[in-house]
Amino acid sequence: MPQDAMSDVILMAHGSGGKLSHDLVERVFIKHLSNPILNSLEDAAAIDLTDGNGQLRGQPVFTTDSFVIQPIFFPGGDIGKLSVCGTVNDLSMQGAIPLYLSSGFILEEGLPLRDLETIVASLAVTARGAGVQVVAGDTKVVEHGSADQVFINTAGIGVVPPGVHIAAKRARPGDVVLVSGAVGDHGLAIMTQREGLRFESPLQSDCAPLNDLVRAMLDVCPDIHVLRDPTRGGLATTLNEIAEAAQTGIAIREMAVPVHEPVRAASEILGLDPLYVANEGKLIAIVPPAKAGIVLAAMRAHPLGREAAHVGGVVSDHPGRVVLETVLGTRRLLDMLVAEQLPRIC
Amino acid sequence: MRYTDEYRDPQAARRLIDEIGRTTLAPFSIMEFCGGHTHAIMRYGIRQMLEGHVHMLSGPGCPVCVTADVDIDRVIALATVPGVMVATFGDMIRVPGTRSSLQQARATGADVRIVYSALDALELAQQNPDASVVMLGIGFETTVPTVAASVIQAQEMGLTNYFVYSMHKLTEPATRGILDAGEVHLDAVLGPGHVSAITGWGMWEFLPRDYGIPCAISGFEPLDILQAVLDIARALRDGEPRVSNSYRRGVTAEGNAVAQSLVARVFSVDAAEWRGLGEIPDSGLWLRPEYQAFDARAAIEIPEDAIAEPSPERRACRCGEVLRGVMTPPECPLYDKLCTPATPIGPCMVSAEGSCAAYYRYGGSII
Repeated sequence: MPQDAMSDVILMAHGSGGKLSHDLVERVFIKHLSNPILNSLEDAAAIDLTDGNGQLRGQPVFTTDSFVIQPIFFPGGDIGKLSVCGTVNDLSMQGAIPLYLSSGFILEEGLPLRDLETIVASLAVTARGAGVQVVAGDTKVVEHGSADQVFINTAGIGVVPPGVHIAAKRARPGDVVLVSGAVGDHGLAIMTQREGLRFESPLQSDCAPLNDLVRAMLDVCPDIHVLRDPTRGGLATTLNEIAEAAQTGIAIREMAVPVHEPVRAASEILGLDPLYVANEGKLIAIVPPAKAGIVLAAMRAHPLGREAAHVGGVVSDHPGRVVLETVLGTRRLLDMLVAEQLPRIC
Repeated sequence: MRYTDEYRDPQAARRLIDEIGRTTLAPFSIMEFCGGHTHAIMRYGIRQMLEGHVHMLSGPGCPVCVTADVDIDRVIALATVPGVMVATFGDMIRVPGTRSSLQQARATGADVRIVYSALDALELAQQNPDASVVMLGIGFETTVPTVAASVIQAQEMGLTNYFVYSMHKLTEPATRGILDAGEVHLDAVLGPGHVSAITGWGMWEFLPRDYGIPCAISGFEPLDILQAVLDIARALRDGEPRVSNSYRRGVTAEGNAVAQSLVARVFSVDAAEWRGLGEIPDSGLWLRPEYQAFDARAAIEIPEDAIAEPSPERRACRCGEVLRGVMTPPECPLYDKLCTPATPIGPCMVSAEGSCAAYYRYGGSII
């Protein structure tokens, strides 16, 4: 990008709607996100949810999520990639095929333009990989100190194919609880980066769009009862939400839950429990017992589900609560996370 | 994972429990001093495993929990003084004082930073020369040495904007306080491993000598705790009260001499106020006069109106009784009603080492 036309940091004028705004859209956003709908630069995007015969491809679903992560670049991802994964995954957890996204940026004055471009490029690569198009966008600039570098809001639209009915309240006693891989990677990668804690083996966020994994699972079992991505609050909190919505109990075996070694080690040192730590590329699936085997096999055959595991089941005891069988074989409550986990004193 | 998995082995745990069963002549009561033990015991369901043989009582070993309201109110007020940046271990941030918490103070503009070590606070002082950085000195013998080291370093670096607000406490006087009060019957004490790593297990000789009861120093993994309980069961069976070091990989008889001398150089011992236990002579650590320039209590004026009258709910809080082992958390009238981890009335429901939080989180009262 020519130096004469653009400053190397975001200025208030980039949000003014004038020449600088226009240049920013063209030279950063359109450059990376280019597609016919976005490129038309109309005030609203015309989208198509039909198949070749003019029929709706399924039940349209719509979601929105905001991303305010610090640091904006972290091992395994950045806020741009995350802003696609979060919304794509929210759609996917309904069994929907994600189709279109909008991307709203709030930029803090002074943000290096190079950082913005890196973020937008990463967002674009992630969206392309997930097979979704960014068809609408917006940029605002706020004064230095009024935001923390960059915030992104992503709304998304998808369609739920006929025959798919995924909802937390469909969990029923006898169902099997599957997890798509090791838990705690994202939260600990962020925490150790943010606090400047250094470990020998760097922790990587698991940030990834899960729609293709979900498609592979639905291909072998359209009757998946529940899908949830255990983001904030981690596996434990998400299981509690499901138990509460379905008014069933859930029983989990601690030994069966996959956790990567560096995450376990960092958790031990910090006094945190990986079951409560955020994930951005994992899902929980609750499936009828007869289908558990083929769903698990389909997950393990997918690159994002190689470490998938059968971690427990839905039970009729203790409705609304999650019980953990500990490594010692004893049982205890696995409660929701109530406040952010904080490192202990000694 | 090496160094932890071998201490969580279910078969080995079963063998230890069977051995405890064979060794135990009559059911006995142990107090685990340390909140870290309380959490490990609840997290691994050890209480259930020992049912019928051993009655486990939680003790006062949660640094945040034993901090008196007056100190909590003062540090919250301190955080609101213009130009002050408070550095604290994360545990302290949600602890309610009589009318606020550091978390609430932060939300309304106070500068409160979570640190992992006093040395991080020292770094904050270097990076923010215009702020008065106050490290909240909280914890038992385990955490004091790094705070002492930070004061010495601050002096060597010529820093004039680094201060410590000491609320540090000692474990022996508190244990004596509970035994002297005689409110609970204890057959033995499960000694804190991390504290003993600093002090040495020899410090606990006062238990067999002055009180005629055994003590076993324990680590924090399930097999550590079960081994310590077995060592206690053996001492009771033999009728020989003694201190067993059941945490040999972490603890020696003499402890960490370097850490001890750092602490002695910076701090002196005097009476301190404890929640639930009242004022205990020679139980607190205070900055020595030669380090007064680093003492937040001396250097920074705290607003007069910091100390408020407790609310009626706060007055009904039974944290004091819980800390003395007189009451279990579910016996408190507020437990799981007005007082939950989301809406804590007392500190025992907040801290990662508090008994009420452990009971609530791991379902001690429902499973």
